[in-house]
Amino acid sequence: MSQVSEATPALEAIGIHKRFGGVVANDDVNLRVEKGRIHALLGENGAGKSTLVNILFGLYRADRGEVRVAGEVVNLGRPRDAIDRGIGMVHQHFQLVPVLTVAENVVLGDEPSRSHTMFDFGAARRAVQELGERYGLEVDPEAVVEDLPVGTQQRVEILRSLYRRADVLILDEPTAVLTPQETDQLLEVLRGLADQGVAIVFITHKLREVLAIADEVTVMRDGRVVGSTTPGETDEAGLAEMMVGRSVVLRVSKTPASPAATVLRVNDLCVDDDRGLRAVNELSLEVRAGEILGVAGVEGNGQRELVEAVTGLRSVVSGIVEMDGHNITGLSPRQISELGMAHIPENREKHGLVGAHSVADNLVLNQYYRAPFARRGFRRMDTVTEHSRSLVADYDIRTPDVFTPARALSGGNKQKTIAAREFSQGARLLVAAQPTRGIDVGSIEFVHQQLIDQRDRGLAVLLISAELDEILSLSDRIGVIYGGRLVVVADASDLDRIRIGRIMTTGSHDTPAT
Amino acid sequence: MGLVMADDAKHRNVLAAIVYRLRWWLVTGALLVAFTLWTGEFHQAQTTAILASTLRHSTPLVLGALCGMLGERSGVINIGIEGQMLMSAWAGFMVASATGDLLIGVLAGVAVGMLMGAVLAGISVGLRGDQIIAGTVLNIAAIGITSFFFTQGRTLPSGKLRPIRLGPLADLPVAGRVLFSNKPITYLTLLLVPVVWFGLFRTTWGLRTRAVGEHPSAAETVGISVVGMRYLNLILGGGIAGLAGAYLSLEAVGSFERGMTNGKGFVALAVMIFGRWNPIGAWGAALLFGYASAVQTQFQFRDWLTSDPQFVGMIPFVVTIVVLAGFVGRARPPASIGQPYSRE
Repeated sequence: MSQVSEATPALEAIGIHKRFGGVVANDDVNLRVEKGRIHALLGENGAGKSTLVNILFGLYRADRGEVRVAGEVVNLGRPRDAIDRGIGMVHQHFQLVPVLTVAENVVLGDEPSRSHTMFDFGAARRAVQELGERYGLEVDPEAVVEDLPVGTQQRVEILRSLYRRADVLILDEPTAVLTPQETDQLLEVLRGLADQGVAIVFITHKLREVLAIADEVTVMRDGRVVGSTTPGETDEAGLAEMMVGRSVVLRVSKTPASPAATVLRVNDLCVDDDRGLRAVNELSLEVRAGEILGVAGVEGNGQRELVEAVTGLRSVVSGIVEMDGHNITGLSPRQISELGMAHIPENREKHGLVGAHSVADNLVLNQYYRAPFARRGFRRMDTVTEHSRSLVADYDIRTPDVFTPARALSGGNKQKTIAAREFSQGARLLVAAQPTRGIDVGSIEFVHQQLIDQRDRGLAVLLISAELDEILSLSDRIGVIYGGRLVVVADASDLDRIRIGRIMTTGSHDTPAT
Repeated sequence: MGLVMADDAKHRNVLAAIVYRLRWWLVTGALLVAFTLWTGEFHQAQTTAILASTLRHSTPLVLGALCGMLGERSGVINIGIEGQMLMSAWAGFMVASATGDLLIGVLAGVAVGMLMGAVLAGISVGLRGDQIIAGTVLNIAAIGITSFFFTQGRTLPSGKLRPIRLGPLADLPVAGRVLFSNKPITYLTLLLVPVVWFGLFRTTWGLRTRAVGEHPSAAETVGISVVGMRYLNLILGGGIAGLAGAYLSLEAVGSFERGMTNGKGFVALAVMIFGRWNPIGAWGAALLFGYASAVQTQFQFRDWLTSDPQFVGMIPFVVTIVVLAGFVGRARPPASIGQPYSRE
């Protein structure tokens, strides 16, 4: 058996070339995926991973090179061709129709029908139930997809591929949108699928996941494969070096904090979420100049509402937010920003940038209306351009020029743009929500270093992150949020990963008797 | 009140789904009919006239709404319904007048409607042009073409389409004249409403159409041709708008007049939205507008408010505005409408 699978891989890409305009996205790329194995495809954003898998799924056509499925050369002109050959794909941005039910989404395109026209609801429902039981992916077939949490929607995507009898499953950054718990569940499901003989291609730039799940690793950089290895032969530092091309500081070095006066004080804050339910419940915290307070917690425990209330984006039910001793509760976001609060929002596409506007305009988004960027209501474009050019250079923002629309930048460069803008106005306090979500290792390193440097210059930082590693490596003090309350606040040295993890998931900080 | 458009698909029983979808219309309709019967207690003829006229006024609106719905459910806004109807009314009349055969005229109207649908699809789907501009092109072209090529004084040698009496049913009081002695396109419309509903919510074609309109790239990744589905639906919709045009010139009036659609294509869009992109909802909405128009006609017959006929003529439009402003806030259009689709 193993002899056969050695000889003919489930999926093989040989010498793939693909170019978009002047950019070579894939340059002589080879990939070999075995049956029943989990193959991690690792690389920074823009390394060409997504291009490669889009070619394997028939969404793009390679300029040169061939794809073999079970040893046979295939021509994948459309997704349908890939589906018919047993290749399934779970896209980074889910390809599900939000208003349709789970069953309808799973069977869409290959619907069970009576007399070739009438859609057979019963058969669709049964198919989803059977697949769910067989692979441990139970989902209510009648649920409407838009009502489901992200992790469950992803199960629906996987079910959809399995319904089409996929024996090769490609997942494009599947954990980027998941909470740590959902990630663990997903990894379990993938292991189960591999044990049943499915070949899995798993795209990621999270090193921990690669080491946890992969059987083989292929690393890409700048459109080329720079190496193949297995988790047994390497570690996080080794993988990071292959990925970035130089050695990377995974854990930022920092000196102990020397906190000064309290900058932000939140007292008995209560905030409701969009549905009118209490999301933040009598929460109090303080952040001092020159320290980073990290708030850890599973997403959906009131972090978003806390950030929005502090920055003035959401109205407060009761309680007080003070900055430098001034009550800022109920002030507008602009008033708060002018008092010296910087904000790196959780959703950079939606709340951090105006995608259609230029990088230059985005870099002055918090100051465009005042001197020196405007005078008597007229914008001074020369000043804006000059200022943004210097920020682009200082923060190493990779963009063709400052007039490029912000949406054309990669995730990491978008985040650098936001960071450059927020740090450039001389803020006293920074509220950073998930500042490194979905960006590449190089950019993460950069953002982390910036946070530490700014702290050392006396900035007060309120850091909210679902990444425990980030909280642990940056924070001077750590608070854990659960059910809208800060369950515990302590010096970072007094808390360890296991203890924080337990509080995050149970809300209890009692140490169980051992 | 189910706010999700897909809610029709959740009901397994067709009849239950229709009653569920119609429940507010049934209540409103019963009240209006009761009111009409009460005011007409001493004038059965007038009651019958109002109800029959309601149905007649609603026919082109329902058809226009079904046309708009097929387009929008697959992701393309069609504001060219007015132009499609006008061209079809003209073509149907010219062909019927030249051949002396009304059936050939109706078929010509439908064919021209489909052609207009194909033009709309070509501009907005094939060339990925702006959908609003594509629709406007149809409207302007229709006014120009029908005015330029229209020759005064033509008539229909065989007269307009005649009512078909459905046996003894046609002899019933009130209902006989209102429901069972209508003309062919009116009957066809009453048939098309449940057919399109069934198509959208019970067939694989409908599922794919709705998927394409909500999330085209999701449909594409499971092998559904977004471009193909949009062409198909716009052409089918064009055919239905063509039927509405034929109704106007060959069934309602019996001749062609410049600009005879008189805004019906746009009211049809309002009807579609008010009916929440659902054929049965749109039918109910069209009946409401039809009722407003019928009452307006009765006002004129009875010499009420004759000092200001423009005011009375306004009634259907005021109803449109009030209804749209009052109810539409809760409806949600297909997510991808207005956006041209391309793969890479």
